[in-house]
Amino acid sequence: MIRVIPCLDVHAGRVVKGVNFVDLRDAGDPVELASRYDAEGADELVFLDITATHEARGTIVQLAERTAAEVFIPFTIGGGIRSEDDMYAVLSAGADKVSINSAAVRDPDVITRGAARFGSQCIVVAIDAKRRADGSGWEVYLSGGRTETGIEAVAWAKEAAERGAGEILLTSMDRDGTKDGFDTDLLARVSAAVPIPVIASGGAGTLAHFADAVTTGHADAVLAASVFHDGVFSISEVKQAMATAGVEVRQ
Amino acid sequence: MSPHGPRIAVLNYQMSNLRSVTKALERLGANVVIAHSDAEADGADALVLPGVGSFGQAMERIRAQGLDEVVRGAAADGRPVLGICLGLQLFFDASEESPGAVGLGVIPGEVRRLVTPRKLPQIGWNRVHWRGLSSVVPEETDDRASTYYFVHSYAAVPNDPAHILGTVHYGGDFVAAAQLGSVTGVQFHPEKSSRAGLGLLSRWIASVSTHKEVVGR
Repeated sequence: MIRVIPCLDVHAGRVVKGVNFVDLRDAGDPVELASRYDAEGADELVFLDITATHEARGTIVQLAERTAAEVFIPFTIGGGIRSEDDMYAVLSAGADKVSINSAAVRDPDVITRGAARFGSQCIVVAIDAKRRADGSGWEVYLSGGRTETGIEAVAWAKEAAERGAGEILLTSMDRDGTKDGFDTDLLARVSAAVPIPVIASGGAGTLAHFADAVTTGHADAVLAASVFHDGVFSISEVKQAMATAGVEVRQ
Repeated sequence: MSPHGPRIAVLNYQMSNLRSVTKALERLGANVVIAHSDAEADGADALVLPGVGSFGQAMERIRAQGLDEVVRGAAADGRPVLGICLGLQLFFDASEESPGAVGLGVIPGEVRRLVTPRKLPQIGWNRVHWRGLSSVVPEETDDRASTYYFVHSYAAVPNDPAHILGTVHYGGDFVAAAQLGSVTGVQFHPEKSSRAGLGLLSRWIASVSTHKEVVGR
């Protein structure tokens, strides 16, 4: 079954982008939002920690502890995971997976070490990719699209999988925020190159886009943030549309 | 936490985070203790054997802590034991994941790597097709009540097909749940399977309470 995954940006333990649910007691509480998404049928959750300072990072561990105690679906924590110690802190607090991005590019061996210690199923490698102007594939970017790496995304996904990544979270920088749909070319290329699940991210704008990511892009899961938080679509609407398009989802 | 709920010992051999399973059982009214040893599991009405990691490493730790005898003792006495994910696999005699390692042997058979054209590990939700009689099987026949979250590359192969409680299709049919006597194992994670998973745990806890009343008489 294809998974539908809302992504929540968290700063110092609080959700930063507004979420448009009515009657929330505390719209900034990630755990309350997580419960709501669970009740709506979300298959998993991703928390992206955008806390800049090291001092505030303890809050993400507390978030993992509270979520694991109150919300009974799998969840991933990403953002600022640099070392095996960081991985251990959130996994032992109850997160099911960690997502690593910059740290993996800077030190690819952290994937190998993390997979050996915690198991591949815990290690998600997040890749932010942008189509190269010369047509030679997709460039891997760091720091939210500010830093070029000179690394090609399809090749990098393949290396990450070989090093023991359990999943690839693939964000198209070209499509992120545009609502023009997922980059199905990029998805199809990465999906064909790796033997592990690929999570599509970046560009969801219509209900049809979610099924496209699967039928054309061969994604194993679809992730979105603003269309869910802004109340454009509910999780169940997305699942209904995917099911109608012939994609198998959990109803 | 309900003081009236059955006392359930979650066996801790230091290989997985127990927060979700513990909190789920507590939410459903169980009186949960985390047990590292025979002494700490003593007096429990039922046991839960969770697990993530490799078969061989898990068995080493379980043996080092004497928890193998705790599980075998409960199985012999007819006390309920629930194995989750690797916990189910450990009930068997051996696993292709760790050649030479000896399992708990409370359900005859072995554990084999999934042979499937699909991606491995299987990560995600899948429908269980129940085929045995058990208190954990939902009364509802819709997909929703029987769809659970799986993370695995290996699955149990009981010697006697009668011990297969449910199967899952993932490019082939694999064992999703097994049962022999008071020992029940599920390959999926009920503590990560939202309402369907909590429903399964709730039915299992209810069966523990029933068992407790019967033996208490």
